[in-house]
Amino acid sequence: MKKLSWRPVAVLIVILTAIVYVLPSVWPGVWPHKKINLGLDLQGGMHLVLEVDTNKAVEDAIERIAQELRSRLRKERVRVLALDRVHGTQISTRIVGKASIDQFYKTLDTDFKEMRILSESESDETLTVVIDLPDQEAEQIKKLATDQALETIRNRIDQFGVSEPDIRNQGKNRILIQLPGIKDTKRAKNLIGRTALLEFKLLDETNDIGAALQGNVPPESEILYEDNQDPTTNRTTKTPYLVKKRTLLTGAQLVDARVQIDSQYNDPYVSIEFDKKGGRIFESITEQNVKKRLAIVLDDKVYSAPVIQEKISGGSARITGQFTAEQAHDLAIALRAGALPAPVNILEERTVGPSLGADSIRKGLMSMCVGGILVMLFMIIYYKGSGIIADLALMLNIVIIAGGLAAFQATLTLPGIAGIILTIGMAVDANVLIFERIREEMNLGKTPRAAVDAGYSRATLTILDANVTTLIAALVLFQFGTGPVKGFAVTLSLGVIASLFTALILSRLIFDYLLINRKIKSVSI
Amino acid sequence: MQFVKPDININFIAKRYIAFVVSAVMILITIISLIIHHGPKYGIDFAGGTLIQIKFDAPTQIADIKTGLGTLDIGISSVQEFGNVTDYEFLVRAKGSASISEDVSLKIEEVLESATGGKVEIRRVEMVGPQVGKDLREKALLAMFFALLFITIYISGRFELKWMLSGVMAGALMFAVYILQLFAVSIPVLMTGALLVTLVLFWFLELKYAMGAVVALIHDVTITIGLFSIFGKEFTLPIIAALLTIIGYSLNDTIIVFDRIRENLRKHHKKRLGFILNKSINETLGRTILTSATTLLVLITLFIFGGGIIHDFAFAMIVGVLVGTYSSIFVASPILLAWQKRQRT
Repeated sequence: MKKLSWRPVAVLIVILTAIVYVLPSVWPGVWPHKKINLGLDLQGGMHLVLEVDTNKAVEDAIERIAQELRSRLRKERVRVLALDRVHGTQISTRIVGKASIDQFYKTLDTDFKEMRILSESESDETLTVVIDLPDQEAEQIKKLATDQALETIRNRIDQFGVSEPDIRNQGKNRILIQLPGIKDTKRAKNLIGRTALLEFKLLDETNDIGAALQGNVPPESEILYEDNQDPTTNRTTKTPYLVKKRTLLTGAQLVDARVQIDSQYNDPYVSIEFDKKGGRIFESITEQNVKKRLAIVLDDKVYSAPVIQEKISGGSARITGQFTAEQAHDLAIALRAGALPAPVNILEERTVGPSLGADSIRKGLMSMCVGGILVMLFMIIYYKGSGIIADLALMLNIVIIAGGLAAFQATLTLPGIAGIILTIGMAVDANVLIFERIREEMNLGKTPRAAVDAGYSRATLTILDANVTTLIAALVLFQFGTGPVKGFAVTLSLGVIASLFTALILSRLIFDYLLINRKIKSVSI
Repeated sequence: MQFVKPDININFIAKRYIAFVVSAVMILITIISLIIHHGPKYGIDFAGGTLIQIKFDAPTQIADIKTGLGTLDIGISSVQEFGNVTDYEFLVRAKGSASISEDVSLKIEEVLESATGGKVEIRRVEMVGPQVGKDLREKALLAMFFALLFITIYISGRFELKWMLSGVMAGALMFAVYILQLFAVSIPVLMTGALLVTLVLFWFLELKYAMGAVVALIHDVTITIGLFSIFGKEFTLPIIAALLTIIGYSLNDTIIVFDRIRENLRKHHKKRLGFILNKSINETLGRTILTSATTLLVLITLFIFGGGIIHDFAFAMIVGVLVGTYSSIFVASPILLAWQKRQRT
């Protein structure tokens, strides 16, 4: 008897703990513990993997450095024949004249000492130099861009209002986003994926747009388009603008962006508010360029190009365009959260509609019930009374799996349900091994109690071995798997561990109770 | 109730040559099928591409869907019925892996509704870029490799009680993989190489049980892959999960038989090995069949009721469990006999 006493206690504790964790999922609100998490494939939602174009971030940094270098050299009166960004992330420059070359090196050594010189050659007093950023610096920029993109996207999603989003880094420059229960996937994708780089640029009104469209674009300007949709014909027209390349002010200087409704036409627009520095810059831009046109450019698209009537102080502006209320709302979110440091591409997208998820749950539960009942009937028919013990163990097994899912806050997916169903078939295996052994021992003429003892002790090792190999496979799968497949690894591992417990400890306990306490003389097997 | 009588005595060992031929033919068919189909047929998880699951509210012809979608330029590669016929569900596959941008999914709905005159619901969209597909492919193969490696180490340690030796094995295997990696061989070649090294090591280190178990495993997984290839089914992430589970589960039956063989070797150490193998297989035949039967029971219900998404997973598992049961009787144990012959000569 003494030997027995720890088992009932252990079994009771395990079962009670499992029930405590499971109850909130069955009967919400009974006590404050979370329900079992459902995966995106069961509750519907969107799974995205984004790649941050970090090379673009490095190119942008190099472009900024090139502009800075150009203006520094102009200030120092260095004769520059050419200074261009080449091969994406290199700056190639040609300097003429001895004095200019000396001054160039001086500038490079004092203000641009982080730059690496890739090649230099001098002939006829003309110096050709190619410089770039050292690898370490470039890596730093890339990492920063990824981190910043993650933060920005998290901000946007938080403001968009998704319950329990999961946003995390994946590998070097990838971002994994899971948005459970989201309905308007198209809108969410637009919000997440847009760069939302807001720029204020002056129109180039000294040159002719017609000539530029012929291919004669002045070096300091570029052609950007404004999309116009005719509300009656649904046709989109593009209006070209010749815009100066230089950016006067960006969305980085924003403190707030809100949707407002135009009182005259009832059209929504986004009003933005600059911070102090931004307000000052905006004031001086408008002061210096009265009667000129200022283009409001978002992600290289012109939204409007109004004529500046007078100096605007107070630090606010408005972005008008053909917005629906939703589009204006999302644009305001994107502007508040800030621009992405580099464009992002969608590498992987999985969207499951809520009705399919509900269908999957229904089908999963259906197969679970049918499979479970079939197995239980089979065990009772084949092993009679002992079969009932195995069935009891099986039911508790499922409760323990569910409890484990809730306790570890693991996610139940459709393959996860398949894992539970598979466990139903595999959990009784342990009992089959034990019962077969008991039958064998009884055929040898042992008493029921001795046969049960021998059955358990001989079968235990085999059962352990068989389950350890499955557990190894499940754990490897857990390491490798993503999303739904990981859910399968979780339920399979839980199932294997639970079935070891129920078969080796719980069913043994019942046998011992019947044989020792109730002193039954024969085993129904 | 008892399916298998306790005194059953079928001479499995005598029939092992028939079994060898059957297994060899099945593996040969697998290889031929893989060659004909240019390797396994990868689903979008591994090949990249786009998959859209749509549901109609009335019977719809595939031809109508195709003509409807033809007006959109999204590179549709196939349209196929999915799940139960009464669900009116279809899978549309497209080669491209550009994200279904802005309005395409809306357009698909519009176009299909005008082409078929019914209500359309887009239930699932999956898009996997080529880079992600390649990454997943490598990860999946590595997972299979590691599962095999760990199980091999466990088996050789557990069965032979030679943990030292199994440690040596693992080290040698890692080293072999490292060397192969230096030559930048592709992952499938790497895995084949690693498996060959494993078997050669087993042979020379005389880890006979481990060798039997691993040969049976390779046998099971290969034939499952072969049947998938023959039926033109796609390899997706859940199928890899199924293959890994088969690796873990099909060992169960082998372990049951092997445990009995060791028990009987102690009991009847004077008898011939062939006799002991046969006796052990027969004694455990009941549980070998029963454990597989209960698992098959739930897998078949999953196959029937589980719905389209889980259908192929259940199919792979059913094949794996069946082949695994067969191999534990006809492949794993007879390999031990090959050993005895080696020792005699």
